[in-house]
Amino acid sequence: SFSARFNRFLANFRSVDEEFFDDLEELLIESDVGYETAMRLSDELREEVKLENVKKRSDVSDVIVKKLVDMYDEEGKEEDNSLKFSNDKTPTIFLFVGVNGAGKTTTIGKLAHRYQQEGKKVLLAAGDTFRAGAIEQLQVWGKRVGVPVQASKAQTDPASVVFDAVHRAVEEDFDILLVDTAGRLQNKEGLMRELEKIKRVITRELPEAPQEVLLVLDGSTGQNALSQAKQFNETTDVSGIVLTKIDGSSQGGIVLAIRNELHIPVKLVGLGEQMDDLRDFDPEKFIYGLFKELIVGSGE
Amino acid sequence: MAFEGLSERLQKVFSTLRGKGKLSEDDVRKVMREVRMALLEADVNFDVVKNFVKQVRERALGAEVMDSLSPSQQVIKIVDDELTKLMGEEAVPLNKSPHIPTIIMMVGLQGAGKTTTAGKLAKYLINNEKARPIFIAGDVYRPAAIEQLKTVAEQVGAPVYEEGTDKDPVDIVKNGLAKAAENKNDYVIIDTAGRLEIDDKLMDELTRIKDLAHPNEILFVADSMTGQVAAKVAHGFDEQLDITGVVLTKLDGDTRGGAALSIRAVTGKPIKFIGQGEKLDQLDVFHPDRMANRILGMGDMLTLIEKA
Ligand SMILES: Nc1nc2c(ncn2[C@@H]2O[C@H](COP(=O)(O)OP(=O)(O)OP(=O)(O)O)[C@@H](O)[C@H]2O)c(=O)[nH]1
Ligand SMILES: Nc1nc2c(ncn2[C@@H]2O[C@H](COP(=O)(O)OP(=O)(O)OP(=O)(O)O)[C@@H](O)[C@H]2O)c(=O)[nH]1
Ligand SMILES: [Mg+2]
Ligand SMILES: [Mg+2]
Repeated sequence: SFSARFNRFLANFRSVDEEFFDDLEELLIESDVGYETAMRLSDELREEVKLENVKKRSDVSDVIVKKLVDMYDEEGKEEDNSLKFSNDKTPTIFLFVGVNGAGKTTTIGKLAHRYQQEGKKVLLAAGDTFRAGAIEQLQVWGKRVGVPVQASKAQTDPASVVFDAVHRAVEEDFDILLVDTAGRLQNKEGLMRELEKIKRVITRELPEAPQEVLLVLDGSTGQNALSQAKQFNETTDVSGIVLTKIDGSSQGGIVLAIRNELHIPVKLVGLGEQMDDLRDFDPEKFIYGLFKELIVGSGE
Repeated sequence: MAFEGLSERLQKVFSTLRGKGKLSEDDVRKVMREVRMALLEADVNFDVVKNFVKQVRERALGAEVMDSLSPSQQVIKIVDDELTKLMGEEAVPLNKSPHIPTIIMMVGLQGAGKTTTAGKLAKYLINNEKARPIFIAGDVYRPAAIEQLKTVAEQVGAPVYEEGTDKDPVDIVKNGLAKAAENKNDYVIIDTAGRLEIDDKLMDELTRIKDLAHPNEILFVADSMTGQVAAKVAHGFDEQLDITGVVLTKLDGDTRGGAALSIRAVTGKPIKFIGQGEKLDQLDVFHPDRMANRILGMGDMLTLIEKA
């Protein structure tokens, strides 16, 4: 983990010199925070350390942790990472977008479970009519968590499925409609236009909807996540990020880069394949988790 | 992409070096700093980058100055040579069993592209060798994994052996192999569920499938957009399964794909194929030199050498 490595790193360093900051830059890069973010962090830390005139190892780590948390908070000042809901009687609609295999369908299953448990009336829309088995996958999730799925046959126009789902949601008084879409790489223009159209169909029927456009990002993604966030944001105006698979070896350091460069808030995190493996994103906890060992270990 | 390719970066460095007959140690260091940054921005694992840069620097400093190339051209050439070498010199074909069937097992993280690649491989084998492959549906966990495989299989015209989702995958593979023997299939492609390399229970399941099936190929399928963690994940799968090859997927995107270099460097196993799309004919043989250029953002190496 980042913090374990960071601690090892601190244990080995002798003095706060240029080499120290070179190593720090590299360490940050290794956590997928991205080159620009790493450079900015280490520059600001360099200033901070100079300013506070710290020399002892334990003091340096304190300053660094404090600075990281401050920076993270600052970048997120204007951000609101709560999910938005419809203000009136019309259904709330969440549109899920992202590259292939990121975890869109699974996240929908988990979120459906959450709202179903809260007593809400939930509908799913099988907007991925392209990938083999995608409709069936969403239907298995629907059955598993006990919510209906609006679907049509494979290879039909996804926008028409979504149109049907929106109508059904309105007519049958659903509280929430979760719209699945096919995975697509952000550089595929035609597919990105299709996504734009799906969103337009929703907004045409319900001007306030979708209340959320959630970009699902695989937590182990490297720098390409920035390109994903940029392109999907341009096409569909992303309102939040779902960071998945953080039960894996990567803790999603890319979130820091996205936060710094794009200011799109992370709203949910996925930490497993089961229906309960979804959490609201808690920035403080996330930072604490990332640097926990560092914070605890810095006292010695 | 937000990142400058190495070509642009190097051009800046070279513009300050132009006219110099011989590169000093300091010049080499400047060039290598740009190479290092380009690799890191492409998500190549930090340790891999460190070793690579060290190696190239040594070779660049010790190199005989060639008449045909200026010193800066020479550094670029060394970088390119070394990178191609590290990526594996040339395309490595699939392992084949001396007797039928050849058994191929797909492994990797969740969502990497195993099932899709299984279908692509079958199509590739059918097209190139008139093969008669059979799939074994060894993923009993992911919702509708079997339906997905069946749809893919139907598209390529190959059968699927499945026992639903209530059985132990190891038993399913055992019975599937018996079925393949009975049918005289020449290839067996085993689809497995995605799993984390740190999931002991599920990794043990793969070991049991391996011990039973003795696959000729254990293909580690990896998403080319993976970040720094690619090295650790690949190492984990390789350590536990002794993989025989790698398939890199989703290269139709705009990722630099530095994961390729990390995976190759930590496992030493060849990258055999690349996935370049969702369609079943979008599988290509891996070319190390092209990948090297992509990771570096080198564009056309020759133009760069001319400009330097
Ligand atoms: N470990 C882990 N696996 C996850 C998580 N979220 C999703 N997965 C797995 O990742 C794989 C892909 O998930 P999907 O939900 O199918 O992803 P998708 O974005 O809908 O994929 P496409 O529709 O093919 O683009 C599946 O095997 C999921 O079980 C997570 O938080 N942790
Ligand atoms: N663009 C693109 N998409 C790909 C490629 N290979 C696979 N995919 C897509 O990636 C997603 C995941 O592929 P799968 O084959 O389901 O991955 P998997 O490894 O079997 O996933 P699990 O079984 O859930 O672990 C699907 O949307 C595929 O269509 C590729 O080379 N390019
Ligand atoms: Mg999906
Ligand atoms: Mg699969």
